[in-house]
This record gives sequence, structure tokens and C-alpha cells, in this order.
Amino acid sequence: MRLPTQWLGVAPFFIFAVMFLILPTFYLMIGAFQNDAGEFTFENIAALSQPSIVAAYWISIKVSLASALIGALMGLAIAIAIVRGGLPNWIRSATLTFSGVASNFAGVPLAFAFIATLGRLGLATVILKTYFGFDLYANGFNILSFWGLTLTYVYFQIPLMVVIITPAIDGLKKEWGEAASTLGATQSQYWRMVVVPVIWPSFLGTVILLFANAFGAIATAYALTGSSLNIIPIVLYAQIRGDVLHNAHLGYAIAFGMIVITGLANVFYIWFRTRSERWLK
Amino acid sequence: MKSGRFWAWVTFAIGAGYFFIPLIATFEFSLRKTRGIYSFDAYRSVFGDPHFQESFTYSIVAALFTIVLGVLLVVPTAYWIRLRMPQLRPIVEFITLLPLVIPAIVIVFGYIRMYGSNSPLPFLATTSGTNVLLVIGYATLALPYMYRAVDTGLRTIDVRTLTEAAQILGAGWTTIIGRVILPNVLIAVLSGAFLTFAIVIGEFTMASLLNRPAFGPYLQNIGANRAYEPAALAIIAFVITWGCMSLIQLLSRYAPKSSNQPR
Repeated sequence: MRLPTQWLGVAPFFIFAVMFLILPTFYLMIGAFQNDAGEFTFENIAALSQPSIVAAYWISIKVSLASALIGALMGLAIAIAIVRGGLPNWIRSATLTFSGVASNFAGVPLAFAFIATLGRLGLATVILKTYFGFDLYANGFNILSFWGLTLTYVYFQIPLMVVIITPAIDGLKKEWGEAASTLGATQSQYWRMVVVPVIWPSFLGTVILLFANAFGAIATAYALTGSSLNIIPIVLYAQIRGDVLHNAHLGYAIAFGMIVITGLANVFYIWFRTRSERWLK
Repeated sequence: MKSGRFWAWVTFAIGAGYFFIPLIATFEFSLRKTRGIYSFDAYRSVFGDPHFQESFTYSIVAALFTIVLGVLLVVPTAYWIRLRMPQLRPIVEFITLLPLVIPAIVIVFGYIRMYGSNSPLPFLATTSGTNVLLVIGYATLALPYMYRAVDTGLRTIDVRTLTEAAQILGAGWTTIIGRVILPNVLIAVLSGAFLTFAIVIGEFTMASLLNRPAFGPYLQNIGANRAYEPAALAIIAFVITWGCMSLIQLLSRYAPKSSNQPR
């Protein structure tokens, strides 16, 4: 038997991953099933069903899903427009460059930008009121709300979608369109029966990726709304800072719930991605 | 296909509107600090604030250490996986994707509970230990991007031949990695580095929960207490992100395009 010297080459990476990625996560996951005395229990998981926590999960899921869907549809439309719309070439490269920037423009500064735009004194709010006589806030809009947060998240969701889906649109072969029209398909039949089925798995896969991307995010929401909109990462943040739930193990259970949700999302993502790779080689 | 082009323009215009209006609004807002006139007073106030300078410097230093740690971690691993242990590739790729699955707040929560002052490895007992832990946390956040960048870079060079040539000339492993492999994937490493920088510079969650005086928590604090400075800071942050991304694009022009490695 050979000495496993070649394992030395990857040892630092695995030690790092175990110590700083895997163990800390497992520590919380195990803690979610323990009481203060260290005994096994389902109590913490059961305690997640209290209304305030369920509401926090629910609003998180709603914001993430809404921003992912809107972001994905808009991103897809933009990607199709720049790849297939016959627009000048510089628009394509400018859009892709800008998308790279905007998809990384998140966190606290993004919240500032939207307060300056759609806050009570934001430019868009003021212009709509002064020149169009439309008072956003009198009509029920608030930046510190579900729609306010969703609209803000869309700012990094759309460009992320553009970056990820453009290669898939590029992968649609010209021959498929020609083959379809040779066989007498109309333009709408081509889109419905060729394009959509081919794009569909990568579209759904990216929606899930965007969902997970929004679900774990906290900085934008925290800077935007403080704690007036209790999404689940903000509840967990408050719990870590000051044990506001008065139960350390409930904090573990909340973290566990978040991992389960993003984990499930990623299982679906991998599943969709393996399906999409069949066509888009 | 006249109507197709028309709708493409409409889509593009709506998208451009959605993306440029907040930037214009933020910029306009940032100029309004002095009543009645447009001025750069908010920017002056930001740059003159010692807390801005301190937290910004802190985050730059943290980002540099993160980049070094990330490179030390990723380059030898990705290289070794390509050269000797391709069977581990799926596992390593899976691990590098984990930070996208596990939210940052959960990772740092785990650190706080695992590496507290009473634990066997009390990172959080000292300030410097906490700084180290923050850099480690940032390195995990950057792992997916750094690994992908480096692996893409390695794909374009012939790792095996380069290694054998270096070995024949008598080079040891550190020489091979540091003086043969690294220079060949430098452009890929640099694009990973700039992306890391963009992620780390404004990061809020980890720095805030570990109580470190980084730029992200500073931003949040200003946002809660000032009116016009946040808009100025948002513009500054956008410019920094833009700078990082442009540098990546610029670098990618110099990257070797084709692989000389037969599959």
C-alpha cells in the first residue's frame, strides 16, 4: 500500500472547509435538536411554529420568490432583446458589463439608492407628486414594505438573470429556427414548441438560484427597513445580537430552517441544471 | 421582423430606465446637502469623516488578507485536483458551492457559537483572533468565485507538461506552484481577487455580528443617522464596484483564449 502523500496536497483545503464551513453549520443543526441540557428534542423545531416566526419565514419566502420571478422574467426579456432583438452590438456588450456591476451592487448602498429614489423624499416620489400629481405614499406604497423590498431586490436579481441566462439564449441554434420554418412552423409555434421547452429548465433553475440569493440576504433589508419588516434573516440577526427570543436553541432552529429552505432550493437547481445541459452544449 | 426589433427596443428602454433612475436619483440626492444649491458637500463630509477613513481602511486591509488567504487555499488545491486527484473534483466543487447554499448569517452564527472565548479554539477571545476569523469568514464567502476563476484559468494551460518540465529542471513543489503555475494563471487569480474585493468591501452581516469596525457596519450606521451622506456613499460604493468589474473585463482581454491541452 502506498502512503497517502498525495492527500497532503488537498489537506489544507479540506481542513479549512471542515473547520469553517461544515462544522459550524453542523453545530447549529445539531443544536437545533437539543435542549439546554444537551438532550435530544424536537421542541425547538416545534417552537418555529409560533406566529411571529412563521410570519417572518413567510414574508422572506414571498419577497424572495416575488423578486426572483420578476427578476427572472425581466432578465429573460432583456437577454432575449439583446441576443435576438436585432439591437446594435454595443448594446449587448454594454448591457452585459452593466449587469456584472449591478448584480454585485447589493447590500447597504443599494438600500440607500432606493431610499433616495422611492423614499418619502426620493426623486421619483417627488417628481411623480409634483409633475404628475400622483402621490405614491398616499396610494399605499411604502419603501419599507413587501413591495418596496421586492422592488429593491429586483435591482440585483435582473442583472444576475441576464448574466446567467444570456449564454443559454446564445445556445439556441439558428438551425432549429430554420428547421422549424422549413417544416412550416409559424413564428409563435417556433417559440412555443422549440424555444420555451429548451430554455425552460435553465429558466426555472435560475429562478431558484435567485430565490436562494435573496433569501439569505440581510444587509439591504436591514438598512432599508431597520426592523420594521421582519424577514427571517433579520429575526435571526436580532436573536444573535441579543437573544431576543430568550431561547438560544430556538436561534439554532431558525438557522436550521433557513438551511433547509436554501438547501432544498439548490437540490432543485442542480436537478434543473442537469436537465438543461442536455440541450445547451 | 420589424415588430421584433421594436419590442426589443422597448424592453431595453424599460430596463435601462429601471436601472438608471435610481442611480440618477441617488446622485441628485447626494448633491443636495447644502440647501438650495447643488454641491459636493456630502462627499466632502464623508471623506472628511475619520470613521469613514478608518472603516474603509479596515475593510481594504481585510479584503487584501482575504485575497491572500483565498489564493493560498484555492490555487494549490485546484492545481492538485487537476494534476493528481481528478476523482475529487465533484467533492471539491460541491464544497466551493456550499457558501451559496448556507447564508452568510448562518455561517457567522456558527462561528460565534463554536469559536467563543470558552471553546477549545477561542478565536473570539481576542481582537486579533476575531479579525482572523472575519478574514476566514470572508474567504468562505469568496470561495465559489475564487475557485471558479482559478479553475477556469488552469483549464487554459497544460498543467501536466509544465509540472514535468519544472520537475526535470529540479524544482520543488513550492517553486512549481509559486513560480510556474501561479504566473500562468495570474490573470484568472486577479479577476477572482477583484470580485473578492467587491464582495468584501461593503460586507455587512459578518463584520457587524463579529463587532468589527468595517465599512459595511459604518455604512449602516450612517444610513440610520444622516440624510445626504448615505446617497454619496451609495455612489462611492457603485463606483468601487464598477471599478472592480471593469478591471476584471480589462484583464480578461489578456487572458489566453484557447486551451493547448488535449482533453
